[in-house]
Amino acid sequence: MSVDSQKTPYNPLALEFKSSTFSVPVLILFSNDLAVIEQQLQAKISLAPEFFRNSPLVLDVQELNKKDLDLDIAALMEILREPGLLPVGIRGGNLKQNKKALALQIPVYSVTSSSATAEAQKRKTITPPVPEPITDPGTTILITHPVRSGQRLYASGDLVILAQVSAGAEILAEGNIHVYGTLRGRAMAGVQGNKAARIFCSDLQAELISIAGDYKISEDMQAISRNKPVQVYLQDHTIIIKDI
Amino acid sequence: MARIIVVTSGKGGVGKTTTSAAIAMGLAKKGHKTAVIDFDVGLRNLDLIMGCERRVVYDFVNVINGEASLNQALIRDKNCNLLYILPASQTRDKDALSQEGVGKILEDLSKDFKYIVCDSPAGIEKGAHLAMYFADDAFVVTNPEVSSVRDSDRMLGILASKSRRAEQNQEPIREYLLLSRYSPDRVKLGEMLSVDDVQEILSLHLLGVIPESKSVLNASNSGIPVILDEKSDAGQAYVDIVARYLGEDKPHRFIDGKKGLFAKLFGGR
Repeated sequence: MSVDSQKTPYNPLALEFKSSTFSVPVLILFSNDLAVIEQQLQAKISLAPEFFRNSPLVLDVQELNKKDLDLDIAALMEILREPGLLPVGIRGGNLKQNKKALALQIPVYSVTSSSATAEAQKRKTITPPVPEPITDPGTTILITHPVRSGQRLYASGDLVILAQVSAGAEILAEGNIHVYGTLRGRAMAGVQGNKAARIFCSDLQAELISIAGDYKISEDMQAISRNKPVQVYLQDHTIIIKDI
Repeated sequence: MARIIVVTSGKGGVGKTTTSAAIAMGLAKKGHKTAVIDFDVGLRNLDLIMGCERRVVYDFVNVINGEASLNQALIRDKNCNLLYILPASQTRDKDALSQEGVGKILEDLSKDFKYIVCDSPAGIEKGAHLAMYFADDAFVVTNPEVSSVRDSDRMLGILASKSRRAEQNQEPIREYLLLSRYSPDRVKLGEMLSVDDVQEILSLHLLGVIPESKSVLNASNSGIPVILDEKSDAGQAYVDIVARYLGEDKPHRFIDGKKGLFAKLFGGR
């Protein structure tokens, strides 16, 4: 028996990394005047001193950077710590501010929607602004043979099927779905969130129909008359089935 | 060049082996040199249905592994000298089959035979996949009940997307529907799907309806393909099916259950 195994006969798990979400107050600054900030901060805190004591805080400076106002991060941190706040991060800062914050051991968070730096970079790269098309039509796929049970079709645009779709088959399209046969499988239109997408078929016996994530299952469609062409569309998150 | 026919269904127990034996015999009886291959490695039955189980020396897997030649493994049928049987191995499993090995055997057989009938195992796994991969025509055997119909539909999807013809963008496999164990009386009582119901779901060319018949079990037990039992309705149904496949125009006789004079006289069921 080795010496090592005698020393550490059994190692229970000592640590583990996990991801967790916390709710942390964010302080959004509109001014870089430290005196004004200190004054207004104290006024706020005096309303509920217990609430703010030892409270973590994320500093949001993107409004400042929109106005190109510089900020003394180190001095501001002092002002925040004075009444007992614990700054745990900064977001929306420019390169210099982020560097400064990291030097003070304050983590840097990105603004998911639009960070000041990213915006500034965009402004540099995208000249002249190209008008985006209102909708990307994608590619229309035309299928002339029956779609069998277990088969799966995906169209980045519209999906047009000139035959039946069997039970157990799955047809998906980012645009509209047309089935000029009996639809018995699952049909999902607008799978990337296009709420205006529609499903058209000459006989609706589907297991499931869905538009932009809202769906109806076969059990809820029993009242639908068979052997009749219908269209399916979305209205206020409700699937509407109508004769054509 | 031979025409390769796969007899398949997805579901088990619907009559694939019975059908394989019958149509292989039917084609041979019509004067075409025919081979029938049992792809159900590990669960071989075709040799029993064909009545040649006592004459098996080498099998399909032996040929794939190069342990025997095709001629050594092929068994000539005792009823028809144009029909040969390639039995499956009972002691191995489906993994013993390889796509290259199967392709090589089918290629070799194609030089000498007019028709090659592949009796697929149930399921959609390797054995069934290899049985259908090289096919030119598919006989989809379906019973008139919902689970069999759905499994057939699944198999049709696989035929249309995973076969050699599909992968090489050739003309797709010709698919035919064979509705077996059909009982017109039970259809009338609403206990069984009708031909129309099945065709509506599968939208497939109907090659023939094989009525539920005691003669099928008798034929299996005695090792004589049911098509040779000319008095039985199932045997006649298979004769019609082979004729239709070869291009003859034969009316469907077993859909509406009206008994012909023949059946009335002999009380055949």
